[in-house]
Amino acid sequence: MIEATFQLLYPDFNLDVDLRLPEKGVTALFGRSGSGKTTLLRCVAGLNRAAKGRLVVAGEIWQDEAQGIFLPTHKRPLGLVFQEASLFPHLSVRKNLEYGMKRSGNKAGEGFDASITLLGIRPLLDRAPESLSGGERQRVAIARALLTRPRLLLMDEPLAALDLKRKLEILPYLEKLREELDIPVLYVSHAPDEVARLADHLVLLENGQVVASGPLMATLARADLPPAFADDAGIVLEARVAAHETDGLTRLEFPGGHLYVSRRDKPLGSRLRCRIHASDVSLARSAHGDSSILNTLPATVQTIVATETPGHVLAQLALPDGTLLLARITERSRVALGIAPGLAVVAQVKSVALLA
Amino acid sequence: MEASSLSAIWLTLKLASLVTVLLLLVGTPIAWWLSRTSSRWKGAVGAVVALPLVLPPTVIGFYLLLFMGPHGPVGKITQALGWGVLPFSFTGLVVASVFYSLPFVVQPIQNAFEAVGERPLEVAASLRASPWDAFFSIALPLARPGFVTAAILGFAHTVGEFGVVLMIGGNIPGKTQVLSVQIYDYVEAMEYGQAHILAAGMVIFSFLVLLALYGRRAYKGWSR
Repeated sequence: MIEATFQLLYPDFNLDVDLRLPEKGVTALFGRSGSGKTTLLRCVAGLNRAAKGRLVVAGEIWQDEAQGIFLPTHKRPLGLVFQEASLFPHLSVRKNLEYGMKRSGNKAGEGFDASITLLGIRPLLDRAPESLSGGERQRVAIARALLTRPRLLLMDEPLAALDLKRKLEILPYLEKLREELDIPVLYVSHAPDEVARLADHLVLLENGQVVASGPLMATLARADLPPAFADDAGIVLEARVAAHETDGLTRLEFPGGHLYVSRRDKPLGSRLRCRIHASDVSLARSAHGDSSILNTLPATVQTIVATETPGHVLAQLALPDGTLLLARITERSRVALGIAPGLAVVAQVKSVALLA
Repeated sequence: MEASSLSAIWLTLKLASLVTVLLLLVGTPIAWWLSRTSSRWKGAVGAVVALPLVLPPTVIGFYLLLFMGPHGPVGKITQALGWGVLPFSFTGLVVASVFYSLPFVVQPIQNAFEAVGERPLEVAASLRASPWDAFFSIALPLARPGFVTAAILGFAHTVGEFGVVLMIGGNIPGKTQVLSVQIYDYVEAMEYGQAHILAAGMVIFSFLVLLALYGRRAYKGWSR
């Protein structure tokens, strides 16, 4: 368990958080710019010092102002990856990696081969940072952080400065990282797709306050989040590749039903994360066969809330197994169809975004 | 070339080299502090460091003479320590030159530190480098071009000083008689031939120094 309590007062911004975060897996700190997510990360890193703060990682107190304890950054066993490439330009890739290894007592280079293989940077070792692409630099920066054998990995929008192509190139490495690391990762992002794809736990921040913190899938399916999050609302579910059918479709199965998506070259039985945007789900009173929409799921309306977009509401639906879906519909349709909590409906899913 | 010219050249090079080394030692912490502090004293300290850029050298020389003289506060200390008084000695010349050339060394280093920025040092801290370690292993190497500029400017400016030397050091052959003063002497004595040798030498030297500086800058940019 990571225990993080910070109160930080700036003239134009206050951070006030009290979090309990899991000790395994990726926790996404998600929010708009100015929500305080980077400040929170910097407090955890010890780069900003909250006047009232307490931080306990894996049973070790890194900060407790009540007891006058504050470990400076260089005494905290953490790894930090910044938004922009932050390699030391006067050192080769290899020297960059060794910089942290030497200083963290990892002189023997424990994990060196595993890390450079995991991040695919073996061919880059003798290059200068300025000769690398943005994605390559970021992979080196991640390896450099891992080689200090951190107890906590902090990533501050590591993909934000990369173009889409580079992002797609580096995301699989981050997924591998999630599977292979046994330390917690705090991942700051303002990109919903990244969060949906990588995170296990989600912390939503707004104006320096935590508005929600919980397991990713359950938190994304909540309809009671502030309206600011509703316009980008959507749920994530994990499905299994069940069949590749002859007409170019792949059938995915999850506990609440099945979905058809266009053919994916994934072995049968492999697991995939899918994101279903609330705006891609429409509702019908009954299942009629005269629609072109293939993916229909019987569901029960749970709650309905207003959104920031005029005339639109967000409906939370439960599938028979309890899986939650979100649907964004117009208030006019809601009235016309008489949609209200408790009503049995059919959710029509217009598109499913596969995240891996 | 006359023996007194050679002795003036030697004295000048000795003075400029020593002053440059001292300036790098004194100027680096000042530049580091100025580049990173948010103290309200930053402006005042920066202004004091820059004073020699705008003051006539005679003003600086005059006050240093008073301070370091037998009745000045610094003079009293140096006498109490048994060092005598500094004016009209080589040591006095060194001290005065350090003040006089300080901005030419502090400002390029400060600019270089500012260009390096906070981020590389934060990264170093996340890789377990203590602040001192990060300063020597990251900040200094990244600011190296600023140090080269600072050393060149500090050296050249010390070679070229005249007013401060005259006020504080006088014109003692072999002790405080540097090149610029020697040239002045030759001209006063109507020895234009000797003055030419030294003056033309200074022009060529200064041109080469500036060529090294600007040629480097054009090639690599100001701070990298």
